[in-house]
Amino acid sequence: MDHYRNPRNKGLTNSSTYVKCHLKNPSCGDMIDVESLVENGIIKDIRHDGEGCSICCASASIMSEVVKGMTVEDAKKLLENYLKMVSNQEYDESIDFDELQVFDGVKDLPARVRCASISSQALLSTLTSEDK
Amino acid sequence: MKELFPVFKKNKDLVYLDSAASSMKPQKVIDAINDYYLNYSVNIERGVYNLALNATKRVEESRKKIAEYIGANSKEIIFTRGASNSLNMVALMLKKILKPGDEVITSELEHHSSFLPFLNLQKEIGIKLVFVPLEADGRITIDNFKKVLSNKTKVVALTHVSNVLGYKTDVKEIIRLSHEVGAITSIDGAQASPHMKLDMKDLDTDFYSFSFHKMCGPTGLGILYGKKELLEKLDPVELGGEMNDEVTKNSVTYKDLPYKFETGTMPIAEIFASGATIDFLSEIGIENIEKESIRLRNLALKELLKLDEIEVYNKNQESSIIAFNIKGVHSHDLVSVLAENNIAVRAGHHCAEPLHRFLKISASTRASFYFYNDESDVSKFLDVVKKTISFFREVGYID
Repeated sequence: MDHYRNPRNKGLTNSSTYVKCHLKNPSCGDMIDVESLVENGIIKDIRHDGEGCSICCASASIMSEVVKGMTVEDAKKLLENYLKMVSNQEYDESIDFDELQVFDGVKDLPARVRCASISSQALLSTLTSEDK
Repeated sequence: MKELFPVFKKNKDLVYLDSAASSMKPQKVIDAINDYYLNYSVNIERGVYNLALNATKRVEESRKKIAEYIGANSKEIIFTRGASNSLNMVALMLKKILKPGDEVITSELEHHSSFLPFLNLQKEIGIKLVFVPLEADGRITIDNFKKVLSNKTKVVALTHVSNVLGYKTDVKEIIRLSHEVGAITSIDGAQASPHMKLDMKDLDTDFYSFSFHKMCGPTGLGILYGKKELLEKLDPVELGGEMNDEVTKNSVTYKDLPYKFETGTMPIAEIFASGATIDFLSEIGIENIEKESIRLRNLALKELLKLDEIEVYNKNQESSIIAFNIKGVHSHDLVSVLAENNIAVRAGHHCAEPLHRFLKISASTRASFYFYNDESDVSKFLDVVKKTISFFREVGYID
């Protein structure tokens, strides 16, 4: 709730040094933009903005805090396994998800999996496009 | 009334307030579907054996019932996959006769299925979409319609009843005015057919589209009504089996109406059931259906309006829908809690994104009432909404 009402790293820079991804949840109309700034393989900054439900907004805020400062490689591994965790697939349980662990419960709410996933999918997309 | 719908026997605690998405299906309609699979199971039109002849007869009986029910001729009743399919067919039929710069009037109140087919034509052939300015509450008025109607208007594609706010548009007058400038009218009746007596002769529209699954009928079946004189001039949008008359390597002629617009094997079981649907609605009476739906909706609305935390977007309307939100709460969060308490309502933009942009909200919660709901549904719904407000306050979601 704190992350929903007081989101961290919210607001886009629209700077050309950031890589941006826009995703939408067609079932409820939620939209999110995520920007990432990577320098020397380290995620220096993450910004996000959009409209969405509590799960969508809070997961974006928490994700931005957890992943900032990580290497791109570690962040990708964490996000890929996080997405598996919330969608009730097998994942690497040795990973420390930090505060993102609270979304473990989403696996029991199939209608909300997309809400918890959308920001991580957007961030993954920005990190993947930086590889190219 | 719930005893007529088997789904409520297995889901005794279900409070179903999502009938605007799809209504429940009565035993009578289910029996008609089973009747086809158990006793016929053959294709229509093609066979000369008794089973095929009898199945064909049943299909034509359904068509005749529908035609009589909506004040049309059987030749004007085209079976489709649903209202969306019907509305797309209209745009595709008209594509050949529309020219760059021709104006198509639509509105921000529309379901996506009503205006997207024409948005596509704007890109493809350069027609121009023109939007009726909505009133502040989202309504289409005749005065505002007149502001955009002109000699350039070639098509008017509007909704009869809004799927989000439940507003009834005065389409009869809109159709009359449209014909004065020679425009063709296509009305989206997906939300009107479950609640209103439809009379094509009285409306005088050129096209009218609706789905059966929202009016106690089967899924996967809709109707495209089209005026005979117009349909005769238009070409089919799909070609293949059954719709043709004579085929050579280089040419094809088409069957008479309505068959030239029905390609391939139609959903025969659903067409059987469509006749049963018309019987079912006629026995209860569409006026009684609408009266009870509105009565229950207004009971719920009256109590919801007493709650400061609730914002209602269509409070002044005689409608069976309540479009609302808890202030400061995303509709998806609200409906999740309602769902945990066996209350089925809808969250999101309900395939009407332009309307939500107009209302300056990202999403709304839609509770839609139908005649099989009862006062117990209303009180359970209100009770859970109140508890949900308290819960959101406890966890600090709202102040």
